[in-house]
Amino acid sequence: MLKNPYRLSDLLMTITVWFSAALVVGAFFWLLSDLALHGIAKLNWSCLVSAPENAGRDGGIGPILVSTLLILGVALLMTIPLGLGTAVYLSEYSSGALARSIRMSLDVLAGVPSIVFGLFGNALFCIWLGLGFSILSGGLTLACMMLPIFIRSTEAGLTAVATEWRHGAAALGLTQAAALWHVLLPAAAPAITAGLMLSIGRALAETAALIFTSGYVDRMPDSLSDSGRALSVHIYDLSMNVTGGDQSAYGAALVLIVLLVVINNVAASLADRFLSQRITTS
Amino acid sequence: MLARVTGGIALAVAVLLGLVLMLLVRESWPVLVGGGWTRFFVGDGWFPSSGQFNLLAMLWATLAASLGALLIAVPLGVLSAVFSRFYSPGWLIMPLRRVMVLLAGIPSVVYGLWGLTVLVPLIAGWEPPGASLLSAILILALMILPTIALTSEAALAAVATSNLQGAAALGLSRKGIVLGVALPAARVGILSGALLATMRTLGETMAVLMVAGNVVQTPASLFDPVRVLTANIALEMPYATGDHRAALFASGVLLMLIVTVLAWLAGCVGARSNA
Amino acid sequence: MSEVGDSQKIWGWILALCMAAGLNSAALADAQKLVLTGSSTIAPLALEIGKHFEKLNPGVRVDVQSGGSTRGVIDARVGLADVGMASRALKQEERDLIAHRIAMDGIGIILHQKNPVKSLNDDQIRAIYTGKITNWQQLGGEDRKITVVNKAEGRSTLELFLHHFLLKNPQIRAHVVIGDNQQGIKTVVGNVGAIGYVSIGTAEYEEAHGMPIHLLPMAGVPATVANVRAGRFPLSRPLNLLSKGTPTGLSKRFIEFAQSAAVDDLVTAQYFVPLAR
Repeated sequence: MLKNPYRLSDLLMTITVWFSAALVVGAFFWLLSDLALHGIAKLNWSCLVSAPENAGRDGGIGPILVSTLLILGVALLMTIPLGLGTAVYLSEYSSGALARSIRMSLDVLAGVPSIVFGLFGNALFCIWLGLGFSILSGGLTLACMMLPIFIRSTEAGLTAVATEWRHGAAALGLTQAAALWHVLLPAAAPAITAGLMLSIGRALAETAALIFTSGYVDRMPDSLSDSGRALSVHIYDLSMNVTGGDQSAYGAALVLIVLLVVINNVAASLADRFLSQRITTS
Repeated sequence: MLARVTGGIALAVAVLLGLVLMLLVRESWPVLVGGGWTRFFVGDGWFPSSGQFNLLAMLWATLAASLGALLIAVPLGVLSAVFSRFYSPGWLIMPLRRVMVLLAGIPSVVYGLWGLTVLVPLIAGWEPPGASLLSAILILALMILPTIALTSEAALAAVATSNLQGAAALGLSRKGIVLGVALPAARVGILSGALLATMRTLGETMAVLMVAGNVVQTPASLFDPVRVLTANIALEMPYATGDHRAALFASGVLLMLIVTVLAWLAGCVGARSNA
Repeated sequence: MSEVGDSQKIWGWILALCMAAGLNSAALADAQKLVLTGSSTIAPLALEIGKHFEKLNPGVRVDVQSGGSTRGVIDARVGLADVGMASRALKQEERDLIAHRIAMDGIGIILHQKNPVKSLNDDQIRAIYTGKITNWQQLGGEDRKITVVNKAEGRSTLELFLHHFLLKNPQIRAHVVIGDNQQGIKTVVGNVGAIGYVSIGTAEYEEAHGMPIHLLPMAGVPATVANVRAGRFPLSRPLNLLSKGTPTGLSKRFIEFAQSAAVDDLVTAQYFVPLAR
């Protein structure tokens, strides 16, 4: 007797869920097909390796790709160790005053507009530390922006690992560090990977903060202390500032998306390999 | 020992944050001391060249845009996470996650460009000028969807399988498992994802600047053009000096205060649901 | 304790990295390097001029950073930049710097192609921008709401526009406020009832490439690059390089190069107006 209403509401739920997923995917394909339509004509192998000409309307994006990867590399090198350390501290010793204030301040940091980060990075790294407009300044500024996202999602993952896991590890006589390394981090792997991907996405997408830190120079960088234009800055300049740069902007946006897919795949598989194998092997 | 290492790292991160705060306060100091807080909330409006710095209209616009985007993106994002955990055929899960990650990585300027060339003209044909609160809400919703979907999915994934199996053994339907067991167990994770997304909507600059119309006024309808605080900073900072510049930094401080309150509220909710 | 040592090592390493980078950039400063900062409008042009200057002077590097005219003024004043860039004339209080004009840029009113209105006089434009006229019907067009597109506070095109039409910014009843030229063009393209003002070179290019916009003549003078160059068009602004005091050495050579006829092609390629010589 009760079966029918249950069935109906279950069906409604199923429809709603499918509809939502379809809507999200649909919006995505609308956006992506528009980008592809406008940008595909600009894409070929030589544009990936050659230098921009005529303010980016012609030529390629070779040096810009290199700068982008270097900036991202610097940012990740800072974010991952600092982020993991802080997240572990927050999840394992969450009751302390330091943890509470850090957690609060991370949330605050996540809400600072990116242009303010740009001005901050400019003041701290470019001027005060004397790094000037450079890939290093850009990467360090990005790291400051990525940390809140990465730490919060890693911490959420660690906190969600069920208490039984911890008790189990303790029962096995594992030290706290060993339990962390062999049990907690692997169990939190999906959240850490998700946080990493979000941070990378945020970093590759950042424009305002990089204009003031890694700068506008579109030459191939010789070292980390050279100014180098990031892909997103290039896209912004082409679409908003350079007359007749739209097509190149769409082309560069497509490259950025492909780059993101590649980097995410690499990052995800590395994180999976690093984090999840130890559950079984040890 | 672990406590010391991770504590040290955490402290370093805290110092970094302190530096950001210090910069903000130092830069906004002149106007805070010079005119007091009240000048941001009284007066005829935002006319920096004549020393009028009333931020209220932009504050309402910021809050309205964020709230609107959340109202659209949170249900959609959580539902699509539920989809990929509980409803999706197996082959669809990875492609869907890839789509989300891609969406998360598209630069805001591309969202803005797309909004300006596709979305705004669409709305303009319906009710000019097109650049409006509505277009800002839609673009923001699109931008935070992946954050909400990915963090919700991770939170749902972390719900212990035994709990779900227990629920299934009790004869609960799929809907019952999702609504009765999985979502409540994952609520802290979902909440922290939603919080991250809220920060993003409050802090987003370029995309909103391109689609919102940027007129300083309190929005009376969805079709009114509005200027949010971040867009104001980005539009005027490169040209601002003196008090004007300090006022822009002060609006950054205001934004941070809002986020702090939100984070505190979320902290309270999280603590209560943990207990 | 060993882990504490590790974390110290990491910080030491980071510090070393920073210092190495600092030394490195100090070393580079000895090489012939010229830093330009300022107006985002001029930045693409300066970048191209810089590339040609580098080709003519091997061993010289020209680094261009954008960030707005005001930034150009400040950086040139405190020495953060060797040469500043400003897409406007210097203000009274900025006369401690010397402006070197390298190109001109005209500002023209644009409407959507489908808008049948073909000319507006100054009074009509003033009435539109102050909200006294709100429908194209009142100007002989179709029954359509006017969308007024204005520039954000501080932009030099806004100041030029206000100055020419004897307006104050608080008087203007805008529906859309924009930052850059391209945003203005895209806004008008997407809205048949819109009116805006943008760089003439940009508008000519977009019109020629099929964007549905048209430029209006101003006080009877057609808005063309040729008219701006000849000085006949009423609304134009200089693109300036800024130096603190009389330029010397590399800055002097660069500024002279940027003012020479050799860069006319580059100026034209960026849709600005070369200097009349």
